[in-house]
Amino acid sequence: MKTEGRTTTPVAANMNSIQTVSGSKALDQATQLIFETGTPRRTGIDFPEPKGRPSRLGAHARQGEIGLPGLSEPETLRHYVRLSQKNYAIDLGVYPLGSCTMKHNPRLNEKIARMPGFADVHPLQPVSTAQGALEVMSVLSHWLMTLCNMPAVALTPKAGAHGELCGMMAIRARLDHDGASHKRRVLVPESAHGTNPATAVQCGFTVDEIPANQGGRVDMDVLRAKLAGQGKESDVAGIMLTNPNTCGLFESDIIEIAELIHAAGGYFYCDGANFNALVGRVRPGDLGVDAMHINLHKTFSTPHGGGGPGSGPTVLSEALKDHAPVPYVIKTDDGFDLVENPDEKSFGRMCAFHGNMGMYTRALSYMMSHGSDGLKQATEDAVLNANYVQASLSDVMTTAFEGTCMHEALFDDRFLKDTGVETLDFAKAMIDEGYHPMTMYFPLVVHGAMLIEPTESESKGELDRFILSMRSLAVRAKSGDVESFKQAPIYAPMRRLDETLAARKPVLRWTPPADVAEAAE
Amino acid sequence: MRYLPLNTNDRAQMLSVIGVDSIDDLFETVPKEARLEGLIDLPTHQTEQMVERFFQKLSNKSTPAGSVPFFCGAGAYKHHIPATVDHLIQRSEFLTAYTPYQPEISQGTLQTLFEFQTQVALLTGMDVANASMYDGSTACAEAVVMAHRVARGKKSKAILAPGLHPHYAAATQTLASTLSIKIDERECRMGRDDNVIDHIDDDTACVVVQSPNVFGEIVDLRPIAEKAHAHKALLIAVFTEPVALAAITPPGEQGADIVVGEGQGLGVGLAFGGPHVGLFACRQKLVRQMPGRVCGETVDANGDRGFVLTLSTREQHIRREKATSNICTNSGLCCLAFTIHMSLLGDAGIQRLATLNHENACHLADVLDGIEGVKVENETFFNEFTVRLSKPAADVVKSLADKGVIGGVPLSRLTPEGDPNLLLVCATETSSEEDIAAFETALKEVLS
Ligand SMILES: Cc1ncc(COP(=O)(O)O)c(C=O)c1O
Repeated sequence: MKTEGRTTTPVAANMNSIQTVSGSKALDQATQLIFETGTPRRTGIDFPEPKGRPSRLGAHARQGEIGLPGLSEPETLRHYVRLSQKNYAIDLGVYPLGSCTMKHNPRLNEKIARMPGFADVHPLQPVSTAQGALEVMSVLSHWLMTLCNMPAVALTPKAGAHGELCGMMAIRARLDHDGASHKRRVLVPESAHGTNPATAVQCGFTVDEIPANQGGRVDMDVLRAKLAGQGKESDVAGIMLTNPNTCGLFESDIIEIAELIHAAGGYFYCDGANFNALVGRVRPGDLGVDAMHINLHKTFSTPHGGGGPGSGPTVLSEALKDHAPVPYVIKTDDGFDLVENPDEKSFGRMCAFHGNMGMYTRALSYMMSHGSDGLKQATEDAVLNANYVQASLSDVMTTAFEGTCMHEALFDDRFLKDTGVETLDFAKAMIDEGYHPMTMYFPLVVHGAMLIEPTESESKGELDRFILSMRSLAVRAKSGDVESFKQAPIYAPMRRLDETLAARKPVLRWTPPADVAEAAE
Repeated sequence: MRYLPLNTNDRAQMLSVIGVDSIDDLFETVPKEARLEGLIDLPTHQTEQMVERFFQKLSNKSTPAGSVPFFCGAGAYKHHIPATVDHLIQRSEFLTAYTPYQPEISQGTLQTLFEFQTQVALLTGMDVANASMYDGSTACAEAVVMAHRVARGKKSKAILAPGLHPHYAAATQTLASTLSIKIDERECRMGRDDNVIDHIDDDTACVVVQSPNVFGEIVDLRPIAEKAHAHKALLIAVFTEPVALAAITPPGEQGADIVVGEGQGLGVGLAFGGPHVGLFACRQKLVRQMPGRVCGETVDANGDRGFVLTLSTREQHIRREKATSNICTNSGLCCLAFTIHMSLLGDAGIQRLATLNHENACHLADVLDGIEGVKVENETFFNEFTVRLSKPAADVVKSLADKGVIGGVPLSRLTPEGDPNLLLVCATETSSEEDIAAFETALKEVLS
């Protein structure tokens, strides 16, 4: 376009005053469902003609259409690119979601995971033809065990919660092996993530909550009282404790906690979701931990992918390692082999195949890139960034607990008292500022929790801008401008969504309009 | 270090804002005896080029399925994945987003999940589906636990059919072992799935039947559903190959109450067994007992259609010890890959894909059946079937590998009690005439 001679002075416009006919707003493209744009006969993939061989499906051949819409290749690309642009992402901006460790996802790892010797290998092809994949698993195990100072690791769990299941199953197997089947009570701090109590119950244990003390840590008096006097006769099977805990605080009494639990004949499960605060500076094995899952999709940067996949390798202590699940890799004289059938001590199998290989390659690539020096530096930067945010906001927001934090900073909603603005509104206003909100209303031990985990991936400049936004939001909230908070977000691809309606009248799939009309009659 | 933006200067300034002298001060709450001095005994940092070289060497030590005549199935399937799929799932906005807890800035993920749930429901012939589980085997285990929840503790038994993939049976056994669920597992044998009918009684909470089963045989679910329903038990139908559902009568039309399976065959690579994607569908009336996340339609403040995660009162973050499952992270990005592949295929495409798979498998079966010492055992099959060999299958597979052919999965690899002479083989649209001819030649040599 020739701009010469044309006016280039823009005229200010009143936002939201124009309703577009298309429903799009410039780069923000209106997007229908594939069921509304595709048709069953259209396809984006070319195939050869079938040869017309006789079927051997017997009496079971499908009759009629499935009803799946198809799109050509350009339509498919455009549909999903448009959708993608309605998502926030780490690659776009600060994503300080506490407890989730939204750090940079190096693209080298993506490239490596796609190497055919890892990506295009079948889990059941002869082990002699999968030696490279098995070696990655073996090297990864070495790194994880060394970083944790633990004698064994079960790689197969497919996410953090699956790792919790692994650890608690191992504990249960050990207790049963020792004839201690009366031990069925698991202590879980109030601040724990929801997966902890859910896991304990899924393993057939009962949950006994321990409250937090004034400082946000395990109340030792309560813990001692729960274990007092009974020694190994106690029915306590163990404790599930997150460290640093979900308030972002190191459990300073952790060694004593481990000793108390062991003295009661129980085992110490550590939720390792927050391992990013410790890598290279503290080893869980030195704290008395018996089992801990490591979220490779947090600490070791495998991408979250909009909710998964993850990977939750679980390190195990000397006491538990014989009870590990199958399969696992062993080194033999002529390479690597897999043990796929459980002996009588192993608690069995958690899933088909060998866990999430695609995450093993990515995580190992991340670790090797950092090395022992880089991993330690990353931990320190993560803790530094969190404390910098906490220190820079503590005069305008209210920190939940005194003192420095580890890799995440926890605020409560006292600073919003009497403003009419709630944690949710504050979070939605952050969206308009261009940020993904922090984790909200978790942990449950503080009112209106706001848990900020910047990770080591943020530069100081990015943090300074974030801090400026947060400070100005806090000031605006206190100035009595409730309305703008209740309306937020106004610049996002969508305004606030009606979650109550969604739950009351669940519409969980698309249905052809004709069927909807029929159902209404 | 290329991934870390802070420099020494930044760090010093930040420490002074915090009001501490050194980074060590921030680790003061760690008990002294647990503070590490120095570096952990592991190699130090490496350049991108060094790391890549290390992995390239290891990758070269494995034989990729695409590089040889290849015939393994048994729960993971080699299909061609269109380039568009892998391109789209690597877009930053999909790849580097978390679970869509903030719907206003997560509509990309949420709408895709809604499309995914609909596609899964259509393919299985069920009312609703969730937003995925880790894989088919864990979906199967969770379905059994769900069935017991539906029975409200009044029934104790779960019957596993003899054709259920042994890994699925094992994963189910593991999860059920600590709960008061009695697993009635029929020995893994061919052609016996109908026998489960005789074991269904009033104490049965669910029957778990795979079709096509691990031997490749297609099972008529209708009589099993009928007997199960007569005893108020649920039929859980399992599949390991989603492409098969485009060719056979869907389990939803045969009376299944819950359908679970592996979605890897559409859009997701082999990856040595993971990540894959567990599909989970059920009848509308059971939806509040379903595990995992679900996405639902709603409107925003302007009345525009949008999507949110919903029915979360079933989930661990709200319900804690009373949750329907402990699952949190699922297989999000694999759902996306599945959905994109399905959108490219459409009805016509997936039916064509299924036909090509079936035809190649029929051709392979004819070829193998003509070899001395090989007998096809199936009456029916989709793209995988079972052959009886004159020699132990594990040895045969080893010898075939030495000849550059990856010739299927010995049943004994899946279960030590399995008949040692049975071999599970699979052909897909990727199996060429030449591949099949190479398999024939090699197998003749090995068996002679
Ligand atoms: C403290 C904590 N524990 C456990 C989990 C569960 O991990 P996953 O989502 O990988 O199952 C999470 C994840 O959000 C967490 O924050």
